[in-house]
Amino acid sequence: MNSLISVRNFNLYYGDNHALHNINMDIMEHEITALIGPSGCGKSTFLRCLNRMNDLIENVRLDGSIVYKGQELVNSKVNVSALRKSVGMVFQKPNPFAMSIYDNIAYGPRIHGVKNRSALDEIVESSLKKAAIFDEVKDRLKSSALGLSGGQQQRLCIARALAVEPEVLLMDEPTSALDPISTGKIEELTCELKKKYSIVIVTHNMQQALRISDKTAFFLLGDLVEMDSTDNIFTKPKDKRCEDYVTGRFG
Amino acid sequence: MRFVLDELLQKISELLILMASSCEQNLNNAFEAFRTHDKEKALAIYKNDYDLSSKAREIESLCIKTILRQQPVAKDMLIISATLKLVRDVERIGTQAISIAELISSFNFSYRGDEILLIEKMSEEAIEMVKNSVDSFITKNEDQARAVIKHDSVVDKYFNLIKLALIREIRKSEDTDGSLPLDVLMIAKYLERIGDHSCNVAKCTLYMISGELS
Repeated sequence: MNSLISVRNFNLYYGDNHALHNINMDIMEHEITALIGPSGCGKSTFLRCLNRMNDLIENVRLDGSIVYKGQELVNSKVNVSALRKSVGMVFQKPNPFAMSIYDNIAYGPRIHGVKNRSALDEIVESSLKKAAIFDEVKDRLKSSALGLSGGQQQRLCIARALAVEPEVLLMDEPTSALDPISTGKIEELTCELKKKYSIVIVTHNMQQALRISDKTAFFLLGDLVEMDSTDNIFTKPKDKRCEDYVTGRFG
Repeated sequence: MRFVLDELLQKISELLILMASSCEQNLNNAFEAFRTHDKEKALAIYKNDYDLSSKAREIESLCIKTILRQQPVAKDMLIISATLKLVRDVERIGTQAISIAELISSFNFSYRGDEILLIEKMSEEAIEMVKNSVDSFITKNEDQARAVIKHDSVVDKYFNLIKLALIREIRKSEDTDGSLPLDVLMIAKYLERIGDHSCNVAKCTLYMISGELS
């Protein structure tokens, strides 16, 4: 497998606060990479760097390098809109737009210039199918997405991200607001999606990281302490801090 | 947050120590009886129905409960999975000790071949292996575990010596009743198996420390 995103000596500062320290990481194609660590350790901050979401925050300063498909993302003139089409994101709380299910999915493709009705129909159907929600909503595509359950809304958001044909999917605690059944569906879906996409997921649920991820990266106080195969992180972590965290000895 | 998990691990360790020390005690007593020709003592071991299998099941069910309720990972998971593996070996050591005691309780002590001395020496080696293997697990001592595995060849060598001595004995003996040499061979075979089970226990120690299955 090839490295899709390679991060080298990457630092991030919020004003004077050095939030990420010299991060080095390779994110591999068609793998699920889980980022774990206690609250405030920098994992979500790091995730947001992968599609330049931190551009929106004032006083953020970056140095080092994040290369995605030969393209430098740090302090460069990247076409951010094209980058985010390619590196999609799903957030902790489902955030469907206040419009119909159909329009939620068609929104991205329309922005990127797809106008043909039948092409849009096809994208909507295939995206909803990929996100394992089509059968549940096929008879009410024109009704508001806000009427869906939390789990359905989250899968809709995944479908919306898939509609613009990304390569990478960033997920920031995508199931923390969901019930166990919906969580199971999202996890199953994530495992299915890795055949076609590469996925980076931030999770506080270590059992979830264990269930679905190929690699796990443990962050602590802005450091990437240890990254290895998920099996190794949860059976024989090398770093004492990582061991203490995964076994609940922390704090 | 770890309070319950630590308590469960502690309980599992205590039960394991109790079970292993009872097996070790039985083995010691059996050969004490063998040396002193004390059939009553051997019979007492055999009759004392310390319920090995229910002790082993109790440890296993605690391990399973810990997996279910605490979802242990890393070192905790290695301790639990190694315990699940080793408890069967300790149980086998215990039942073989009882089988040896049963043989000794009806042993014909008028027989004084060279094999008797060899059996006594072999038993000392095997008992030492049991003790060290369980100690290595409880104290997580890698060197001690490796020494146990290495020592298995000594016990195996005694078994072969005893077997060859018995063959010679049977050839030159005019006694057509083969029960005595067979009893001696059985005891030697049980000891040889006890050595193997001790090796398995030592391998569990190595697995628990390294996370690598050998």
